[in-house]
Amino acid sequence: MESDEVEEMRWVPLSKRPEWSDVTPVPQDDGPNPVVPIDYKPDFAETMDYFRAIYVADERSSRALNLTAEAISFNPGNYTVWYFRRLVLEALDIDLQVELDYIDNIAKNNSKNYQIWHHRRWVAEKLGTDAADKELEFTKKILSADAKHYHAWSHRQWVLLALGGWEDELDYCRELLEADIFNNSAWNQRYFVITRSPLLGGLEAMRESEVSYTVEAILAHPENESPWRYLRGLYKGNTQSWVNDHQVSLLCLRVLNAKSNFVFALSTLLDLLCHGLQPSQEAKDVVAALEMSGTDEPDSDLATSICFILEHVDPIRANYWRWRKSKLPHAT
Amino acid sequence: MGGLAAEKHIQYILTVEKRKDDFVSVVMEHLRMSGAYWGLTTLDLLEKLDTVDVDEVVSWVMNCQHESGGFGGNIGHDPHILYTLSAVQVLALFDKLNVLDIDKVTNYVAGLQNGDGSFSGDIWGEVDTRFSYIAICCLSILRCLNKINVEKAVSYIISCKNLDGGFGCTPGGESHAGQIFCCVAALSLTGSLHHIDKDLLGWWLCERQVKSGGLNGRPEKLPDVCYSWWVLSSLIMIDRVHWINKEKLVKYILDCQDLENGGISDRPDDAVDVYHTYFGVAGLSLLEYPGLKAIDPAYALPVNVVNRIFFGR
Repeated sequence: MESDEVEEMRWVPLSKRPEWSDVTPVPQDDGPNPVVPIDYKPDFAETMDYFRAIYVADERSSRALNLTAEAISFNPGNYTVWYFRRLVLEALDIDLQVELDYIDNIAKNNSKNYQIWHHRRWVAEKLGTDAADKELEFTKKILSADAKHYHAWSHRQWVLLALGGWEDELDYCRELLEADIFNNSAWNQRYFVITRSPLLGGLEAMRESEVSYTVEAILAHPENESPWRYLRGLYKGNTQSWVNDHQVSLLCLRVLNAKSNFVFALSTLLDLLCHGLQPSQEAKDVVAALEMSGTDEPDSDLATSICFILEHVDPIRANYWRWRKSKLPHAT
Repeated sequence: MGGLAAEKHIQYILTVEKRKDDFVSVVMEHLRMSGAYWGLTTLDLLEKLDTVDVDEVVSWVMNCQHESGGFGGNIGHDPHILYTLSAVQVLALFDKLNVLDIDKVTNYVAGLQNGDGSFSGDIWGEVDTRFSYIAICCLSILRCLNKINVEKAVSYIISCKNLDGGFGCTPGGESHAGQIFCCVAALSLTGSLHHIDKDLLGWWLCERQVKSGGLNGRPEKLPDVCYSWWVLSSLIMIDRVHWINKEKLVKYILDCQDLENGGISDRPDDAVDVYHTYFGVAGLSLLEYPGLKAIDPAYALPVNVVNRIFFGR
């Protein structure tokens, strides 16, 4: 780096800047005997002293706007600075598209910060539907670095509901799931899209294609918790159709036949039985083939056998599986 | 594996607040009120609250209150529902709720309820089920739940229920253990737990336990000590805590201690902080670890403090 570039980047104390010479900085008041006294770095301290002066004077000027940016760069979590920045933005009637660019920049290193997301939403709300594309791009960028980023997903859902942009969302979910089929956030978003998108037909209309998609995902990785829950969700409000859909029970049997990563397949089969599924001979055989010595009891019904197996293959949740067994209706 | 290094954690908390030149202190300045709640509640659970000067704390807390009745995260900070609850909880620890103008505080909180029953964090309007819990917990402690529309508050929370039995931050939001705690606790405090499918949610929650014994907050995420609180207290409130393996969880929390310098971190061998120290100790209390006071899963305050509020005097 050239020395004059270094020169430019060196922070100049506010007390030395001519444009701030009319302002008296206000020091932090931690009270007479501060419980939690904090020793601040001098440049941070001075910036906050000047911010306090502007805040107390309620000066909503462009130098105030710049000062909030400086304060935010020291501590982006300081929500009072963000509040004041919004007041200044409103007073100066600043082009909010520029503000979105500003947030883009600082979000790079501070994406887990609640204030940035809330500020972003406030700006986007003011810009209205014009902001939809930019907001979807922004969240996409954050998600490309962290595909399960809770704030980004929350913001993205808000954008879709408030500003629109549903066209490519199902494709986006597919893309993310191709990258990581275990991404629970992407599965959640997929459900969000198929149930709420004004461009699709709703859950009932989407069910068949979604079941195929989900079955494929499960067969690839039967140990993946998310698609099993998603599959169940596809039959929301219609448990009987879930029980009666042969695809579901056949899926369980296919996984069980492979004899690996079958915990969720077993628990799903258990749920089906508890909701009235009549087990086929094939189902009984495939479960019998799984049983380890010492876990089978003579004359156990299928559901009880499944509980026994689960207690042993998922021991950390043994108490849960024992409880499930205790809840099984037993024929007299 | 040794046990809980209580003395070390006490020293850690007492010194961290006084630490100078500390970058972490500097960037935590605006949420000092929550930091105080985490640190002081931990001290109380370890029976060491008397090492702190009550009057100093109370005076600082009250200096954080605004005209509107809400509290900021520190002196000079704007009011927010988060810090209003923390302030009320801190005062409750010291049995100093009587210094409050109850109407002033509760009117501030009640004023943040929106038409659909949800709550905003402050005047800027951010909505999140966290704020539903905070409002309900705060008003419940101050015996003023009747100031809000409880029915609408409950129906908003229910609208955030997902098919896996869990809850997100807003309707359609992914189920997350932190949000689940907030929703379950809010429903518990308003006598509305019957809206929850306890078996379904209980199973989702016990699926958070991973091989190491720790708990994660969502499927396929890493375990974190703070989930020892969010997941565990939720399980207790719906009466399903026996579905996790308690011994393995205790071991996980103890493994997250810094036995040399005190404090607890999110995962073994990571850096400690007050937040995780509180959640680790609170989690151990819920697991009935010896030597700790009992903690209330919904109010997140020691049980004796809650009893004092509702039955004392």
